[in-house]
Amino acid sequence: MRIGVFVCQCGTNIASTVDTERVAQEVKKLPDVVYTTTYMYTCSEPGQQEIQRAIEEHNLQGVVVAACSPRMHEPTFRRAVEKAGLNRYMFEMANIREHVSWVSNDREANTKKAIELVRMAVAKLRFNQPLFPSRVAINKRVMVIGGGVAGIQAALDCADAGLDVVLVERRTSIGGKMAQLDKTFPTIDCSSCILGPKMVDVAQKENITLHAYSEIESVSGYVGNFAVRVRKKATYVDWKACTGCGVCMEKCPSRKVPDEFNEGLSFTRAINIPFPQAIPKKATINRSYCIYFTKGKCGICAKVCPAKAIRYDMTDEVVTEEVGAIIVATGYDLFDPSAYGEYGAGQYRDVITGIQYERILSASGPFGGHIKRPSDGREPKDVVFIACVGSRDASVGRPYCSGVCCMYIAKQAILTKDHIPNSRSYVFYMDIRSPAKNYDEFVRRAQEEYGVQYIRGRVGKIYPRGDRLVVQGMDTLLGIQVEVEADLVVLATGIEASRGARELAEKLHISYDQYGFFMENHPKLRPVETNTAGIYLAGVCQGPKDIPASVAQGSAAAAKVLALFARDTIETSPQVASVTERACIACGKCIEVCPYGAIRWKELKGGVRKAEVITTVCQGCGLCNATCPPKAIQLQHATDNQILAEIEELCA
Amino acid sequence: MKDNFSRTVAYYPGCSVEGTAKEFDESTREIFRVLNVALREIPDWNCCGSTPSHIYDPLLSAAISGRNLAIAERMGFYEVMTPCPGCLKALKGSIEVFNNPLKRKDLLNILDMPFYGRIKAVSVVQFLVEDVGIEEIERCVLFPLEGITIVPYYGCLLTRPPKSAQFDDPEQPTSLDRILEAIGATVPHFPFKTECCGATYGVVRKDIVGRLTGRILEMALDLGADAIAVACPLCQQNLDLRQEQIERYRGRSFKISVPYITQLIGLSFGIDPKKLGWHRLAADPQKLLTRFDKLSKKRPTEPPTIR
Amino acid sequence: MEEREKTKNNTEMRILGFLCNWCSYGGADTAGVSRLKQPTDLRIIRIPCTGRMDPLFAFKALISGADGVLVSGCHPKDCHYSVGNLYARRRFEVLKDFLPFLGIESDRFHYTWVSASEGQRWQEVVTEFSRRIHELGRNPGFDMNTNLVNSEAR
Repeated sequence: MRIGVFVCQCGTNIASTVDTERVAQEVKKLPDVVYTTTYMYTCSEPGQQEIQRAIEEHNLQGVVVAACSPRMHEPTFRRAVEKAGLNRYMFEMANIREHVSWVSNDREANTKKAIELVRMAVAKLRFNQPLFPSRVAINKRVMVIGGGVAGIQAALDCADAGLDVVLVERRTSIGGKMAQLDKTFPTIDCSSCILGPKMVDVAQKENITLHAYSEIESVSGYVGNFAVRVRKKATYVDWKACTGCGVCMEKCPSRKVPDEFNEGLSFTRAINIPFPQAIPKKATINRSYCIYFTKGKCGICAKVCPAKAIRYDMTDEVVTEEVGAIIVATGYDLFDPSAYGEYGAGQYRDVITGIQYERILSASGPFGGHIKRPSDGREPKDVVFIACVGSRDASVGRPYCSGVCCMYIAKQAILTKDHIPNSRSYVFYMDIRSPAKNYDEFVRRAQEEYGVQYIRGRVGKIYPRGDRLVVQGMDTLLGIQVEVEADLVVLATGIEASRGARELAEKLHISYDQYGFFMENHPKLRPVETNTAGIYLAGVCQGPKDIPASVAQGSAAAAKVLALFARDTIETSPQVASVTERACIACGKCIEVCPYGAIRWKELKGGVRKAEVITTVCQGCGLCNATCPPKAIQLQHATDNQILAEIEELCA
Repeated sequence: MKDNFSRTVAYYPGCSVEGTAKEFDESTREIFRVLNVALREIPDWNCCGSTPSHIYDPLLSAAISGRNLAIAERMGFYEVMTPCPGCLKALKGSIEVFNNPLKRKDLLNILDMPFYGRIKAVSVVQFLVEDVGIEEIERCVLFPLEGITIVPYYGCLLTRPPKSAQFDDPEQPTSLDRILEAIGATVPHFPFKTECCGATYGVVRKDIVGRLTGRILEMALDLGADAIAVACPLCQQNLDLRQEQIERYRGRSFKISVPYITQLIGLSFGIDPKKLGWHRLAADPQKLLTRFDKLSKKRPTEPPTIR
Repeated sequence: MEEREKTKNNTEMRILGFLCNWCSYGGADTAGVSRLKQPTDLRIIRIPCTGRMDPLFAFKALISGADGVLVSGCHPKDCHYSVGNLYARRRFEVLKDFLPFLGIESDRFHYTWVSASEGQRWQEVVTEFSRRIHELGRNPGFDMNTNLVNSEAR
């Protein structure tokens, strides 16, 4: 084989701690290597042309690029060699940046390491075979998991483009966290006025199937052909019959049900529609509070329902949806402030969270839009906001910034002044983070026009004095301790990964970081793709962000799906297992271990059985290869011979 | 020497319980007798080094405390209990230094005796909650402190810093609350349970202690407390011994009893208040004791008198 | 600093790493992107999944004179292929028990789980494993004349 090696300097990223020239000279001595060179930026257009020129000029049959991680540029270089007429699998990469030049400053050791890594890549390349992809049809339906603003945007964009969309929502209504908000920063737009029409659109689009009060049970398949089992939880109301008139809710005698939508600040009924603008506007029975279910008799809702929609014997139903792509937009939950003992750990009723205050401000909230204290219903005069509760604090395991709290505090302080003109607002903050269009101006308005007192420092203690609260903190700019008497304290609780995010990630086979946020494929260049082809991310499930960013990501994910669906078939990777029938002893172990059911028996003449790989189903994990006793089944592009060649090159 | 105790624990009294906090030591020994735990005082124990040594050189502090730990280890103990949170911190600090591979050699060199760092240091409160158990305390209560309102005061060091203390919630601890509830007292939520009392500033800046301790006393009084339960000799000194000083400073009369948690447990166990050292408290506890006596109708003997 | 000097003076050890493409290879990339400094002894081979890791690869490496073999994959339950790492875990446990029978210290083989976001954890894993191998010293390799009875397995 005639092999060419291209050692990338990556500007100075590699060249500063690896002697790339020496790497090129040393590997030139290897058998089969007929051409080596170094290049400043191999991934650039002229760099790729240089590879193509060398392939032609030196009649190369295989190419090794020693550069960055193959997770970064393997597809780039594969395309480049393909353009020059080589099969794209006659190419190998040696990672001499992430694994060499960036992790040590020892130039001598790095150069040696780089040479060895290139030698290993060459050794593997000698065993490479041209491989050819096959094609499978794409099922052009898309599933969106999560009906918050990001999921709604993604679903609408896909539906507008004519795709069939399946939208799955865990709660009984779509809308997510945004539906709970009163106003949005920095325009003080009414949240439900801008979200409401979009929610209605979802209900009205004929090509959107909505599964509310449903959760993902399991996911199988692969890009283009997923099969998702969705558990539709029992609502005990036939939603096809329910008209959403609300009579049942009025008459339900179980009146002490904490209202989840109002963050526990008020009560709802055991049978309820979560909020007036709910989509779908259908009633659901909360089993743990329903008198019929807890005591065995009642049945009032069944009697009063004009549509006769109540079904006490309803059970969960599992439906299977077949889709070609999945957009995950599962959103977030808010940090539980009881971790902060110094703020009372939930002892004081007038210490509330930001989202609770949002409900209090809302006209559809527990107090009809009048700001009142939860404890005694009195209108507060002094309101203290505490920033970074569960953000930027390693001691509670949340070292990251939630990104939205500085802004929503400013908004809530402004709204407080609007509601109660003679009120005073104080904000304890660490830093003000307002880097977006019109954001910093908005915070300045809070300070300058609305007279919100910003105090830079952390709060060390909240304690009661009479029926008020004393907030004791530090003003780090003045270097003094301060005490502020308040009627109401609002904790700007931070964003954390949605409960159940990890379990969902495991079902989808996507990665998540240590906080439970889903991992994007590349933090800069592939922010809505996951590591799993055909699964995309939108909104806060990927990391804290505000509404415009979530909406943008929803649209971005939809665009990715549309790009995928623009073709009728997709290439499947040829890096799949393949059986050498002569060697197969028909033990069936590969069939047992395959997680995808991608291997089956094939009957030969005379009743002889051999294993056979269904190439479009095989995902290329190689479990069968490691299991096979006679090694008759080999994972293409990572065969035993290829891996052993690498080991031998290094150790021999 | 053979005894019938269900278990034995190494006991490091520390200097302050030999002086101003004698009643902490006395009541601790008394209640553990009832709880069937033998306290084996570390023979020839020395001062933990206290604040001056670790301010001057952490290694010095580690070595001074390490000697006590090494002796306890040699006696075969895996746990050493101390009433004083200050001593506790010094003992834990010594184990932390031992666990630091860069400093271990220096520590062992200075110690010049075998030390394996296996031993764990706990406070009396931690031992009561985690080793004895609240249920066991509750079981031994003969005279519940019913109708008596007591607020728990933890001070700074009992649960903090969290990394080193490894006990209870650093900001909102509940162990003393639970003990007090177990012995029958009424326990309101005490917002200042971990606020600083001013510590040694009582010597150099009386105004600071006046303000900080004053706040704590006022809050306790406003909550209707009959007593403040403490577990630290220094906190006790500021709240109790300096109470008159603070009364002058704040212009308000407190007259609130500040016993150690162990004294209160002892009382509920039916131990003679004198044996528990109640007479050593500065703010006269007679009012509390009479009230306790009146409320505990089951009490078989004479009302407790002291002095 | 002292630690680094020592590594420099000692000759480099031959350590082979088998990293799954989805989690640990990404974790090692993350460590690189974050410029987290590591010992230079390790050479990484990319495999699709730890389930692809045939124990024979580790044998082959250690027999041919590698001083250590490190395998890392996705955390249990996070496997890109659902269960590959669970099969791998069983194989590696058996492998660890078996190595002493070849006269190879089982400490020369180590497997762990590092996710794509855990760059710092990868740095710790590499540093710790390299330190351990430096402590064990050179692997004499498998010699047909080695008296198996005298090996660690007795």
